[in-house]
Amino acid sequence: MKLNTLLRHVREGAKNVFRNGWMSFASMGSIVVSLFVLGVFMLLALNVNKLADQFDSQVQISVFLQTGTNQSKIEEVERLIGRVPEVKKVTFISKEEGLNRLRESLDEDARSALDGYEKEDNPLPDAYDVELFDPQQVAYVAKQIKAINETDASKPILGVKYGQGTVEKLFRITNAVRNIGLVIVAGLAVMAMFLISTTIKMTILARRREIGIMKLVGATNNFIRWPFFIEGVLIGAGGSAITTALLLYGYSKLIKTAQYDLGLMLIQLAELKEVGWMVGGTLLILGTLLGIWGSVVSVRKYLKV
Amino acid sequence: MIEMHDIWKTYPDGTSALQGVSVVIDRNEFVYVVGPSGAGKSTFMKLIYREEVPTKGQLSVNGFNIGKLKQRKIPYVRRNIGVVFQDFRLLPKLSVFENVAFAMEVIESPKRLIRKRTMEVLDLVGLKHKAASLPAQLSGGEQQRVAIARAIVNNPSVIVADEPTGNLDPETSWGIMKLLEEINFRGTTIVMATHNKEIVNSLRKRVIAIERGMIVRDEQRGEYGYEA
Repeated sequence: MKLNTLLRHVREGAKNVFRNGWMSFASMGSIVVSLFVLGVFMLLALNVNKLADQFDSQVQISVFLQTGTNQSKIEEVERLIGRVPEVKKVTFISKEEGLNRLRESLDEDARSALDGYEKEDNPLPDAYDVELFDPQQVAYVAKQIKAINETDASKPILGVKYGQGTVEKLFRITNAVRNIGLVIVAGLAVMAMFLISTTIKMTILARRREIGIMKLVGATNNFIRWPFFIEGVLIGAGGSAITTALLLYGYSKLIKTAQYDLGLMLIQLAELKEVGWMVGGTLLILGTLLGIWGSVVSVRKYLKV
Repeated sequence: MIEMHDIWKTYPDGTSALQGVSVVIDRNEFVYVVGPSGAGKSTFMKLIYREEVPTKGQLSVNGFNIGKLKQRKIPYVRRNIGVVFQDFRLLPKLSVFENVAFAMEVIESPKRLIRKRTMEVLDLVGLKHKAASLPAQLSGGEQQRVAIARAIVNNPSVIVADEPTGNLDPETSWGIMKLLEEINFRGTTIVMATHNKEIVNSLRKRVIAIERGMIVRDEQRGEYGYEA
C-alpha cells in the first residue's frame, strides 16, 4: 500500500469518527464506562494485592520458650521446628535480643521504662521467629509447632503466637476481593466487546450506500476495509485514553485524600507511578484491541465485500 | 468488447430473468436497451458490471471472462466500466468535487492527477463552477451530470447507464443525452437502458429489445417500438 493511501485511510477513518458524531460518541462512551469499571477493579485488585503482600511479609510465627530452657533443649526445639516442611526459616531470638527489639519499637521517652530489666531481671522468654514459605498456612504450622510439646516431657514451648483469627480473616477477604474482581472484569470486557461490535455494525449499515458506490467504482476489498479498521482503532484508543486520564486523575486525588484528610496511614495505597503505567498501558492496549476486534468482526459480518 | 453467448440467469428465488441471450456490442457503439418493466433489462445491465453472475453461458467484457472471474479481480474489471443510475447515487455529505475525485482515490491515483482530471471532467459536464457545492444544492440534471463525471473520470471503455433520464424532465434529459453522445463520440462504448420513447426515436442508435428474458429485436438505428 502506498503511503498516500494509508494517510488517506487514516484521514477517512478520523473523518468518519466525526461524521458519525453521535455513534462514535456512544461507542467511545461504552468503552469508557466498561474500561473505567475495569480500571477501578484493577486498582482495587492491585491495592488488595499490595495489602496482602504486606501481610504476607509480616506474617510470621513467634514461638516462646519456657524460661530456663537449657542450651541443648533450645537447639533441639529449633531443629524440630525446622523439620516442619512448610517452614522456611527459624531464627532464634534470645531474651536479650527480644528486649532490644522491644526498646527499639518504643518512643524515646518510653524507653527509660525498660531500664532495670536487663540481664538477670529480663522478664522476656527466649523465642524463635518462624518464617513460612506460604503465609496462608500459618494456622496449620502453628498447630504442628505446638505439637512438639506433646512428644517432649519437659514441655519446652510456652506459647505460639501469630495473630490468630485476624490473619486468616484477612486472607479470606483479600481472596474474595480478588476473585470477585476477576469475575466482574471478565463480564465487563465481554459487555464492552458486544457494545463496540454493535456500534461498528450500525456505522457500517449507515454507510451501506457509500460502500456500494466504492465497490462500483472499483475499490478493492482491503481499500474498503481500512477506514473502518482505522475508525475502530481511533474509537478504541480514544476511549481508553479518556478512561486512563479520568481514572488516574481520580486515583491521584484519592491518594492525597487518603493520606492527608482521612489519615489512613496504615493502609498504604499503591503509588500512582507504581500502578499508573500498568493500569494505563493495560487499558490502552485493551481499548485499542477492543476497537480493532469490534471493527474486524463487524466488517467481516456486514461488509461482505 | 461485450460478448454474451447463450446467457441464462435464474435468481435464487427461481425467477428466470434471462433465457439464452446472445449479443455482441463492439467498441465505440451506442446501444439502447429497451423493453417492458421486469423483462430482464436490469439483469442484462448488472451482468455487464458484474453485479450479478450468469447462471449459464459465456460472458466477456473487455476481454475478461466475467463468469469465471476471481473475487479479488472484480474491482479491476469495474475500473474499466462506468456506471450511471436513475437515482444518481451520489454521496450526500461530499462535495461535487469530492464525489468525482472519490472514484480516483479508490483506485489510488496520485493526488495531483486526481485534482487535474476531476476538474477536467467537471468542465466537460459543465459543472466546474459548482465543484464546491453539495449534491443537495444541485438540480436533478446537475446531479446526474456529477454522476456521469464520476463514471468517466477513470477513462472507462464502457459506460453502463440504467435509465439515466428516468428521474429528469424532458429538457434536462436532452442535456444528459447530449453529454452521453459527446462521451461516446470521444471513444467510449455506451449501453443505456431506457423507457424514454422520445429519446430513442429521435436520437437514433442501435436498439436491443428484451422481453421475457430474451432478445426479441436488435436493429441498427432502431425505434423504441413500445407505447410510452
